[in-house]
Amino acid sequence: MSEQDTPAPSTSASTAVQVIYCGVCSLPPEYCEYGPTLSKCKEWLQEKHSELFDKLYSQTNIENDVATLSLENKPTNDAEDKKKAKVFIEAAKIERELQKKMASKVTITRIARNKKKSVTNVGGLQNFDIDLKKAAKNFASKFACGSSVVKNNQGIDEIVVQGDVSDDLYDYILETWPNVPEDNIELTEEKKSKK
Amino acid sequence: MFKKFNIKEDIATRSLVKSSVQRNIRSKILEQYNRLEPVIDEVLPKKSSLILVKCHEHINLLTVNNEILFFQHFDGPYYPTLRLLHKYPHAFPRVQVDKGATKRILSGANIMCPGLTSKGARLEEALPANTIVGVFAEGKEHALAIGLTKMSTDDIKNINKDIGVENIHYLNDPLWKSSIES
Repeated sequence: MSEQDTPAPSTSASTAVQVIYCGVCSLPPEYCEYGPTLSKCKEWLQEKHSELFDKLYSQTNIENDVATLSLENKPTNDAEDKKKAKVFIEAAKIERELQKKMASKVTITRIARNKKKSVTNVGGLQNFDIDLKKAAKNFASKFACGSSVVKNNQGIDEIVVQGDVSDDLYDYILETWPNVPEDNIELTEEKKSKK
Repeated sequence: MFKKFNIKEDIATRSLVKSSVQRNIRSKILEQYNRLEPVIDEVLPKKSSLILVKCHEHINLLTVNNEILFFQHFDGPYYPTLRLLHKYPHAFPRVQVDKGATKRILSGANIMCPGLTSKGARLEEALPANTIVGVFAEGKEHALAIGLTKMSTDDIKNINKDIGVENIHYLNDPLWKSSIES
């Protein structure tokens, strides 16, 4: 087996090998089976690189068929079942995390500093894979004001924008990060109502 | 080395390397990997702006065009990253492990000798101890880890016990996942 699968060492070393990486788990597709997202990786590969998909998985499919055939005669294989269950559980875990992420809220709070002045506090952006530092920079240039990443008293990073820009921020966030659902953005005022 | 590593938090400084230093690094890398010689201009173009990213715990990363090419611990040797190894698999020494070891390596385990000497494994070249090797898996095309041999290949075959290759960098470890942003 090992002989047929390793590439011939005679292939010239002078050119870079183009490696396809899985779009789901970032590994070379042949290693997807070791990741937790195999089923999704398979879908992706079939869509993007069907050739490779056939090459990688046709064999295992056959093997599976053989396995099921032989399973009909034998009592079910416990270890196999357990393995499958484990994979399933892991997949469910990832799914749940995703849901949690979708449910997490972005809070925009206006905090009064003295009578006329206020700052706007944005929390929860990090749940959407947003680089807070960059976001703060963007806000600063967009609204022409100071903006920085600050740790709040729970030790979680938040962005503080100087000035009352809560409504503009609301629109701007929706515009720049379409993966933030509109329902998840909460506009609040004053410190009391802050979560 | 990279089990706990967070590129966003661990970067201490990032600096453009002087061309004289760049030449130094280049010759050092060539010294280490003489098989890289035909492709060195592709890997490290002479005119490229090499950026040295210093991270916490004495880890240095060499990057070109926001791609991490090599990393180094303290003053030690330069290790290629897996992405680089995937591109130039023949420029580095290779060992192959059997199927059973694949899964363990991908979770960061060091490679024990039996995994290198069994039927599916291969030790084609004679290598001394403390060599940086690309670790390949049985039945797979691409490398799955970068390792450091703890004993020579002869010893691995003869003793056949304990750690043969230390796992330095493997697929899906934090370094693999990290990308440098400008």
